[in-house]
Amino acid sequence: MRTLEPGLKAGRLDAADYQRNFADLHPRLGEHEALVASDRCYFCHDAPCMTACPTAIDIPMFIRQISTGNPIGSAKTIFDQNILGGMCARVCPTEQLCEESCVRNTAEERPVEIGRLQRYATDIAIDQGRQFYTPAPSTGRTVAVVGAGPAGLSAAHRLALHGHLVTIYEAREKAGGLNEYGIAAYKTPNDFAQREVDYILSLGNIDVLDGQMLGRDFTLAELQVKHDAVFIGAGLGNVNMLNIPGAQINGVMDAVEFISHLRQADSKADVPVGRDVVVIGGGMTAIDAAVQAKLLGAENVTICYRRGKEHMNASTFEQDLAASKGVHIRHWLQPKDVAHHHGHVSAITFEYTHIEDGIMKGTGHKTEIKTDQILVAIGQKLDGYGLEDLRVEGGKIAIDAEGRTSITGIWAGGDCATGGQDLTVSAVAMGRDAAESINQSLAMQMAGASAVA
Amino acid sequence: MADLRNNFVGIKSPNPFWLASAPPTDKAYNVERAFRAGWGGVVWKTLGSEGPPVVNVNGPRYGAIWGADRRLLGLNNIELITDRPLQINLQEMKQVKMKWPDRALVASIMVPCVEEEWKAILPLVEETGADGIELNFGCPHGMSERGMGAAVGQVPEYIEMVVRWCKQYSRMPVITKLTPNIADIRKPARAAKSGGTDAVSLINTINSIVSVDLDNFAPNPTVGGKGTHGGYCGPAVKPIALNMVAEIARDPETHGLPISGIGGVTTWRDAAEFMVLGAGNVQVCTAAMTYGFKIVEEMITGLSDWMDAKGHRDLDDITGRAVPNVTDWQYLNLNYIAKAHIDQDACIKCGRCHIACEDTSHQAITQFVDGVRKFEVMEDECVGCNLCVNVCPVENCITLVGLDAGVLDQRTGKPVDPNYANWTTHPNNPMSVQAAE
Repeated sequence: MRTLEPGLKAGRLDAADYQRNFADLHPRLGEHEALVASDRCYFCHDAPCMTACPTAIDIPMFIRQISTGNPIGSAKTIFDQNILGGMCARVCPTEQLCEESCVRNTAEERPVEIGRLQRYATDIAIDQGRQFYTPAPSTGRTVAVVGAGPAGLSAAHRLALHGHLVTIYEAREKAGGLNEYGIAAYKTPNDFAQREVDYILSLGNIDVLDGQMLGRDFTLAELQVKHDAVFIGAGLGNVNMLNIPGAQINGVMDAVEFISHLRQADSKADVPVGRDVVVIGGGMTAIDAAVQAKLLGAENVTICYRRGKEHMNASTFEQDLAASKGVHIRHWLQPKDVAHHHGHVSAITFEYTHIEDGIMKGTGHKTEIKTDQILVAIGQKLDGYGLEDLRVEGGKIAIDAEGRTSITGIWAGGDCATGGQDLTVSAVAMGRDAAESINQSLAMQMAGASAVA
Repeated sequence: MADLRNNFVGIKSPNPFWLASAPPTDKAYNVERAFRAGWGGVVWKTLGSEGPPVVNVNGPRYGAIWGADRRLLGLNNIELITDRPLQINLQEMKQVKMKWPDRALVASIMVPCVEEEWKAILPLVEETGADGIELNFGCPHGMSERGMGAAVGQVPEYIEMVVRWCKQYSRMPVITKLTPNIADIRKPARAAKSGGTDAVSLINTINSIVSVDLDNFAPNPTVGGKGTHGGYCGPAVKPIALNMVAEIARDPETHGLPISGIGGVTTWRDAAEFMVLGAGNVQVCTAAMTYGFKIVEEMITGLSDWMDAKGHRDLDDITGRAVPNVTDWQYLNLNYIAKAHIDQDACIKCGRCHIACEDTSHQAITQFVDGVRKFEVMEDECVGCNLCVNVCPVENCITLVGLDAGVLDQRTGKPVDPNYANWTTHPNNPMSVQAAE
């Protein structure tokens, strides 16, 4: 029985509804399903899917291994390139990456289900606790990794594999980064993010220090003294604020915070949600927030985006998912003013926009939407605290092709650094590649030291 | 409407689709279901001598291999001849033949290689009103260990001898079923003809181990920890069967001998292929065992529709039509030159043609053109081998196109010679026959 009282209310639904709404979006394929799906792969030469994958997983090979009844071998093929292959199988916008480039699209408009096959293999290996790797003999070198998100975990794993001792400094209580705090619950149920972290750390040689915030608890200079190299995978810790009259009114909140709160809640029934929710923004965060508001029992959820459908950062798949859950997506609307009733949000006014001479402008016409909760998802940005000495470019830490920052001995990767795609998978690739660069640098140092000795 | 009525050595049936002697024809219940479904005839599951019937294993008797989506491609079996008493089979055959007079009913027989044994069983079979007999000289498992089945089919002298007895002691048409487990299929066919057989049928199943249980290190199907070789059939054996049918059809010594084609017939198209290579009709088993008897509807309509579309009026119009085009390698025209052509609109860019050609053939297909992923045939390297056509997942995307006479072959730098010339006259052949000066 759904409760439709206005205002922010927790427990709008029955327990069974919460369970159903937040169940796995795409459950793992069964063995037969996996065999049928893997049969469709053509084992392309120099496969376009592999080229499209930021981590360059050998997709035809791992699918062939599934089709021959070897999901464990398949998982190793995946992890060799992407140790977070399990999470990527759940959250990658495959329809824009591997599956978009699948040659099956040309003749049939239906790609091989690469993401779901990847999940099939990696789930089996993780469930069995299969450890494929042994760290190289200890080098005696230590590396600091700032942030235990996808980039940091990926870098740490690769560094540990090369025999270096890694210490991860994580600001929050749990490792995982956006995988733990920033992704819709139905994409990663059953605490998968933590199980994956445990799986990665089971390699050994990696220590995670929780509650350690850069700038507050330590500085980059201190890390450089204590360690032989530093990798920063801090992500984007700040959000863009809504800058219109009424933005501070009770009921206007940050969508990232809303999603994080939802992920960390012991019970979804504890998370309050409005009856009439407006989400401002056009990216994946806007979709994740809107869909989950709907799943928590909101009656009306409207995404308002200031440009057109074609400009939205959220993938078509995500937009369709939102629509299928009953979210209403409106375009060409920019927020102007938030109204309140007794100190709580009651309505928001938008101005219609259009493109004039290539520039987005307001038309002067306005519309009002009744609302009791506004979720703001208009972009995240770098939290520069503690990073002041590094060169920043376009709001991100400037790095070269190998992930080196402007300071010798400090590398960076993931969303906080330039050159990525703001995707889990590209963060994994950047972390991994920076780790290889760090390893080379340390190896050269060690070779130099032994030559001197 | 094409006329599909079949007259095979005097045995008439409404269509050329018979069920082969096998599990589906072991008793009246199955055979009547088959007739209701539309099958033109059956060869009743092989009868043995009077007396205690054979026994089968009580564990698995079939094994298989599969293609994509677990489509059954090949089946093998270790089942023996009928394990029901002879008299029950004979009674049922008689009843079924009376009830279905327009359908062909042929009895398959396998008794020891002793004249008295054959002399004893033939009148019993004849009494049922069966239209003919098929001599099972083919089963490669179990019965062959007892000197029957393939053990007879592998010795042409035995074949000739038994066929002669059958012609001597029976008025029924004799169809001799041949085993493919032999080096040259023409030898047993010639022997059967010498003995006076009315027709041959082939192929029986091929000796095989279909797979091995890697946990228990035993062949499949595994019976109590052990396995044995079984008879292989189904779509996988069709190419072997087609060749053997063609070899008999084009052998001067057996040319014109009626053939009942068997081996992996699954669709109307398979049946038509057997028939144009010289088979007067076909026998089916694995397809029915995989999908049930209803598949005959597709076979009947498919064959009929194709014949209508091509203007073939009856089965005589198609039987043996491809036989003159089966020849020896040495007579193939070495001046015929073809090149692969890739339809860029149909190409899905999987790259399999490239890697197959690059790794294993003639390095004649590009991967990139002007830096863009594009698969094009390099005619100066292409030998027209057809491998790319066969590995391409899109039908008709890659085709082999013959060059017209006079067109420059970019590989050899010579124009295509319009004249037919084969290996027998080729200058590189040390045995070549040079034209008289």
